Amino acid sequence: MTRITIDPITRIEGHLRIDCEVNNGKVTNAWSSGQMWRGIEIILQGRDPRDAWIYAQRICGVCTTVHAIVSVRAVENALQLEVPLNAQYIRNMIVTAHGIHDHIVHFYQLAALDWVDIVSALSADPVAAANLGAGLSDYRRNSVQEIRAAQDKLKAFVGSGQLGIFASGYWGHPAMKLPPEVNLLAATHYLQALEYQRIANRIVAILGSKTPHIQNLAVGGVANPINPDSQSTLTLERLFAVKAEIDKLGEFVNKAMLHDVAAVGALYADWTTYGAGITDYLSVPDLPLDTKGTRFELPGGFITKGDLASFKAITSYQDGFFRDGVKESVKHAWYEYKGDDRARHPYDGQTRPLHTGFEDNGKYSWVKAPTFYDQRVQVGPLAHVLGMVAAGHEPTQRHVKRVLEVASAIAKTPIAVTALHSTIGRIAARAIRCAVLLESLQNQWQLLIDNIAKGDFDTFNRPTFPKGEIRGFGYHEAPRGVLSHWAVIENGKIKNYQAVVPSTWNAGPRDDNDVPGPYEASLMDNPVADTELPLEVLRTVHSFDPCLACAIHLVDAQKRPLVQVKAV
Amino acid sequence: MRVVVLGLGNILLRDEGVGVRVVEALAECYTVPPEVEIVDGGTAGMELLNVIAGCEHLLICDAVKDDAPPGTVIKLTDTEIPSFFQTRYSPHQLGLADVLATLTLTDEAPGHVTLIGIVPLDMELGIELSPEVGAVVGHAVEAVVMELRGLGFVLGRRGAVVGCAD
Repeated sequence: MTRITIDPITRIEGHLRIDCEVNNGKVTNAWSSGQMWRGIEIILQGRDPRDAWIYAQRICGVCTTVHAIVSVRAVENALQLEVPLNAQYIRNMIVTAHGIHDHIVHFYQLAALDWVDIVSALSADPVAAANLGAGLSDYRRNSVQEIRAAQDKLKAFVGSGQLGIFASGYWGHPAMKLPPEVNLLAATHYLQALEYQRIANRIVAILGSKTPHIQNLAVGGVANPINPDSQSTLTLERLFAVKAEIDKLGEFVNKAMLHDVAAVGALYADWTTYGAGITDYLSVPDLPLDTKGTRFELPGGFITKGDLASFKAITSYQDGFFRDGVKESVKHAWYEYKGDDRARHPYDGQTRPLHTGFEDNGKYSWVKAPTFYDQRVQVGPLAHVLGMVAAGHEPTQRHVKRVLEVASAIAKTPIAVTALHSTIGRIAARAIRCAVLLESLQNQWQLLIDNIAKGDFDTFNRPTFPKGEIRGFGYHEAPRGVLSHWAVIENGKIKNYQAVVPSTWNAGPRDDNDVPGPYEASLMDNPVADTELPLEVLRTVHSFDPCLACAIHLVDAQKRPLVQVKAV
Repeated sequence: MRVVVLGLGNILLRDEGVGVRVVEALAECYTVPPEVEIVDGGTAGMELLNVIAGCEHLLICDAVKDDAPPGTVIKLTDTEIPSFFQTRYSPHQLGLADVLATLTLTDEAPGHVTLIGIVPLDMELGIELSPEVGAVVGHAVEAVVMELRGLGFVLGRRGAVVGCAD
C-alpha cells in the first residue's frame, strides 16, 4: 500500500490537502482536509448587517461576487424585504456573467491541462486540427491560420523556458491520451478562452461598477440608479454595450467550448466510469423573477441516489425544505460545539477551533461536514444540471442532449445521460451550465430593458431593522454549487453568522456517522498509474473545481518532499 | 501611458491586507490623474487580467516576507521581480504570477513592474492592521507617490483628510 499526500501550500483561499491510500493501482481510501481556518463568522459578529456583504466578499478571491450576493439575500430574508425587479435583474446579470467567466476559466485554464497535452499540441499538424474543428462545428476561429498562429505562440512561450501557467502540466504522462490534433485544437481554444473569460468579466465590471470587488450592492437592492437620460447612471448606452459583449460570448461557448468538452469526454470515455462518489445531489433555484423570490428562471432541488424521478424542487427564498435540512458536523473537523457536539443547524452553529493534528480516524480538517437531512450530498454544476433536467428546464435539456450527441458521434457509440455521474460528467455539466447561463444572461438583459421601457426605474428599498432577534438565510447556485449564508440579527446587529459554502459541501471530511464526503467518495477506485505523479487523483479533485489556487507538493510516507508541482 | 496601482491582500487577516490599506490611503489622501488607476485587487487572480492588460507600469503594493523587521517598507523593480516570484515572498504571487504569465502569452504584459512591499507582523484573523504595520502605511503611500512622480505624474493633495500625512 502506498499513501499519497497532496498538500497545497498557498493561502489564497485556504489550502486543500488530499490523502489517498493506493493498492494495486487503485485508490482504496481517501481523506479531504481543509488546511486553513476560516473565521469570517467571528469577524461579522456585532457588525451592521448592511455591511456584512462587504466583508463576506473578502472570504475568497475567486468568489467575491457570490458571497456578496448571498449576504444581502440573507439579510433581506431576515427582514422579509422585497427587492425591486430592476435590482433582481441587474444582480441576476452580474451572477450569470460571473458564472460564465468562472466556468470558462475552470475548463480551459484550470482543468484542461489535466487532459490536454501541450507538448503533443506543439508537434500537431495545424491542417489536421482545422479539419477536425470543421467536422465539429462551424466555429469561425478554427481556421488553419488561427490554429497555426496559436501553435507558434505556444512554441515560443514554451521555448522561452518560462512555463508559467503551463508549469503544472503532466506532459507525456501515460494517462494523457488525446491525439495531437485534438490537443492542438483544445490548446488554440485555451488561448481564445483568455479573451472570452475577460469579456464575461467586463460585463460584471460594467454592472457592478468595479471588479474584483463589486461596489453596487445594497441590502434592499442595488446602487445603480437607472436614468435613461443621464450619463452618470446606468444608461441604455451602457446596457447596449453589455448586450454586444453577451453576443461575443455566444459563439465561443456554443461552437467551441461545448464541442471541446464533448470531445474530451468521448476520447476519455473510461473516465465516465470513475468518480461518481455521492449521487445525492443538491442545487437551489436561482435568478429570481419577482420581488419576493418565489419564481426563478433556473430551477433547483434535491435528487436522491442519482434518480432524476426522485427530484424534489426547492421553490422560494422562504423554502422550509431547504432551510430545515442543512446541518454541519464537526466530529471529524477541527472544531468543537459547546454543549451538544452533534451536527448543528447553521443558525445554532458555532465556530470554536479545536486543532488536534491530522488523525485518520479522528479530526483532520478545518472544513466542517455539511449534511442535508443527515445525508451527504454533492453540489456543483452537475447537481444543478441534473436538477434542471429533472425539473424539465428546456434549455438545459437541449444543451445536455447536444453535448451527448456530439460525444456519441465522436466515440462512435451512444453515451447516455447516466455517464454524467462521473469525473468527466462534472466537467461536461459545467460547460452545459455555461451555455444555459448564457441564455439566461440574454433573457435577464431583455427583462431589464423591457422593465425600464415600462417606466420602472426603482432599484432600492430601504431596510429598517426591528428591535429584538430576527434570522434569515440566503442562497445562490454559485459556480461551484449551493452557497448559503445564515444570519441571526439582534437589535440591528449581527449576533451569529455562518457561511455554508460549496467547497464545504464537497470537500468536507467524514460526518457524524463517519460517512465520507463527496471528494473522498469520488476518489474511491480511481486508477493511479504512478503514485509519484498522481494525475488521476488531480483529475477527479479538479473536476469539482476546488476553490483554491493551489500549489501542490507531494510527500512520501516520511513526509519528505518528493516533487513539487502546481495544480491550479 | 496607463499606470495601475494595485493593492493586494486579504483584509480579513490583518497585516496580510496591508497592500489594500495602502491603496485605500492613497485614494483617500491624493487625487490622481486619469491615466493612473488605483485598484483594490484583494486576493483575486484571473479577474485582474482586464485591469492589468496593456498598462505601461504596474505598481504593486503587497505584504512581503523578508528578514527585515515588521513594518519595513521595501521596493523591488523589474529585474528583481522574477526572483521575487520564484522565492514566493508574497502569498498572492501565485495568482499574480499566473496573471502576468498569461499577459505575456497575449502580448499585453506591463512594460514595467514595481513592488512596494511591507513586512507584516500579525496575519491572524481581524480587520485592523497591527500598530507596527499601521504606522508605516503612510511611508508606503509616500513611496508610491514618489514612484508616480518619477513617471511624471504629480498628484494633488486632498484637503484636510484625517489620517493623511502632512
